[in-house]
Amino acid sequence: MSENKRQLPRKIEETDAGQILFNVPFPAELDAEALQALKKMGPIVLKQPYCIDYIHSYGQDSPFFAGLANGVFLGSREPDTGYTYATPRGHDMTTGAETDWVVLPAEGVIHAFTVCHFGSEEFLPQTPFVLILVHFEGADTLFLSRLMGVDPDAASLDWIGMKVRARYLRNSKFRPTDVYFVPAES
Amino acid sequence: MRDVYVVSGGVSKFTKARPDKTFQAVIKEAYDYAIDDLGLTFPQFTELVDGSVASYFSDHFARQLMAGIMAQDYLGLCPKPSHRVEGGGATGGLCFQEAWKSVASGSMDICVAYGFETMSHVNTWKGNEFIALASDVSFDYPVGGFYSGYYAMMVTRHMKEFGTTVEQLAHVSVKNHINAYHNPYAQKRHRYTIEDVRAAPMVAWPLTRLDICVMSDGAAAVILCSEEGLEKLENASGRRYPRVVVESIGRGTDAMRMADRPHQSFDEFMAKNALAAERDDPDTRAYYQDLWEQGFRYPGVHSFRAGRMASKQAYERAGITDPLHEIDFIELHDAYTSSEIQTYEDMGLCRYGEGGAFAVSGQTFMPGLDYGLNLPDAPVCPVNPSGGLIACGHPVGATGLMQGVFALWQLQGTIGQHFHDDTLQIANARRGAIHSHAGTGTYVTVSILKQAEE
Repeated sequence: MSENKRQLPRKIEETDAGQILFNVPFPAELDAEALQALKKMGPIVLKQPYCIDYIHSYGQDSPFFAGLANGVFLGSREPDTGYTYATPRGHDMTTGAETDWVVLPAEGVIHAFTVCHFGSEEFLPQTPFVLILVHFEGADTLFLSRLMGVDPDAASLDWIGMKVRARYLRNSKFRPTDVYFVPAES
Repeated sequence: MRDVYVVSGGVSKFTKARPDKTFQAVIKEAYDYAIDDLGLTFPQFTELVDGSVASYFSDHFARQLMAGIMAQDYLGLCPKPSHRVEGGGATGGLCFQEAWKSVASGSMDICVAYGFETMSHVNTWKGNEFIALASDVSFDYPVGGFYSGYYAMMVTRHMKEFGTTVEQLAHVSVKNHINAYHNPYAQKRHRYTIEDVRAAPMVAWPLTRLDICVMSDGAAAVILCSEEGLEKLENASGRRYPRVVVESIGRGTDAMRMADRPHQSFDEFMAKNALAAERDDPDTRAYYQDLWEQGFRYPGVHSFRAGRMASKQAYERAGITDPLHEIDFIELHDAYTSSEIQTYEDMGLCRYGEGGAFAVSGQTFMPGLDYGLNLPDAPVCPVNPSGGLIACGHPVGATGLMQGVFALWQLQGTIGQHFHDDTLQIANARRGAIHSHAGTGTYVTVSILKQAEE
């Protein structure tokens, strides 16, 4: 054996990181009775943080978000049939053909809506907010968006059919909420 | 395809949180119950079972990848074949059908389908966020991802299109909660009124907290087998089991983004989506023709085309032409009161557009129960006799299998034995359907179970 052999660590270094629970109740004597009694022990429940940053690509849909950043609302159109998607789609679901980009009108009508008084954790601070599905003249599918400029406490089925106009965030976040809608007459 | 029998099942009581056990041990509760109900010991069943299918929806909730194999080894099923299925809210229904396939194809004689979800590991609003990740994360989730919001949008369109009312929705909540009052497995056992439902906190207009199912921890297991498998089980236990057969299965799908759902013409609907009885009935054709003339398009966001196609396939394979009168009960995926009403239409219990009126007719209520409602018609085909998701809870991967267990017990006539209360036993139940449904109607399964001829 080499006299210069490196001393390998034989101990995990103690740290103060993470959660530490001191003085956990436990039987002093582990006789048969005490071991049996462990089955009645309450569960240890602890909070574990979980945080991730994803690298998300919009892929073939990227021009849509570039359009929103420039105040343009793009949809997708099947080149032969003219079937038009108000929410972008790279390929048509009927013919399988690659779609072309088209500019959609700045105004549409509300096809369906709701007012969210609760929401997922990320959106809870924004409640109440109004979700709408918008129909555009000349488009065969809808677009999910937010509606501003209406009273969330005055929800009414009469909102369906309301004309709405697109508005764009000045500081684009490159999310579909870079565009949102307001009543057209406001 | 071979005949496939459902012979046994078990359900852990669904509850808000099960911190007392890990998910594998909760599954084992349901699994052990199913084995015990066969009159077999754990080693006896392990010796006979050929493999399994595991069901759970979310790796996020579990914070555990490959949870299926962890259940498989905890249940002592290694090294037998297994795989995990996932399809949102329909995960349990898909699992049931995958187990059916394993047996029907001849790959296995005895297959166990087990499923679970542990939704208590995060707070309710983080849980809603996880569930909302089952929507397009480029276009839908960032707008305000919230499933209750998505379903609420669908029902506002249904209300606008057909005049469906919030009171009609509330009837479903009252029915399912009061049914569950007699089901000891249910998470919520309350006697609510229409007023209670409407006065509950508004979640996503017009859906209140009592229009929406809750999150749960829970597990369920169902054992399916071939004729040969049945013989092996009966030889081992020395008992003869009631014959309940899977008469048919059906599945359908639709676009993940609600916005992408088509708006089909009358002719296309009639050619592709109408049930035979609808196509053949001049009154119904005229009714639909009139709807289209008023601007109705199918499926839009008000109807679940996947639910219709799953039903159509299952009915055609079973020879069912009048589902309301040929099916004795349905365990239906009522994550929302609205989706139960929409599904009445998809399943052909009534015509599209008539779901609201049908919901208050009384035809889907249990006989002999006092709902405190004025219901004009007698029960015909009880829907969610167990209380459904709204009252039983919805631990996603377990839910569709729970439906299979409750349907089996109805067809065995053993509800009283398992519930310690026979109030919910449907007299002479010979054929039942279980319906499992994923995110805004993306995956839907319908399986028909029937008492087999002795």
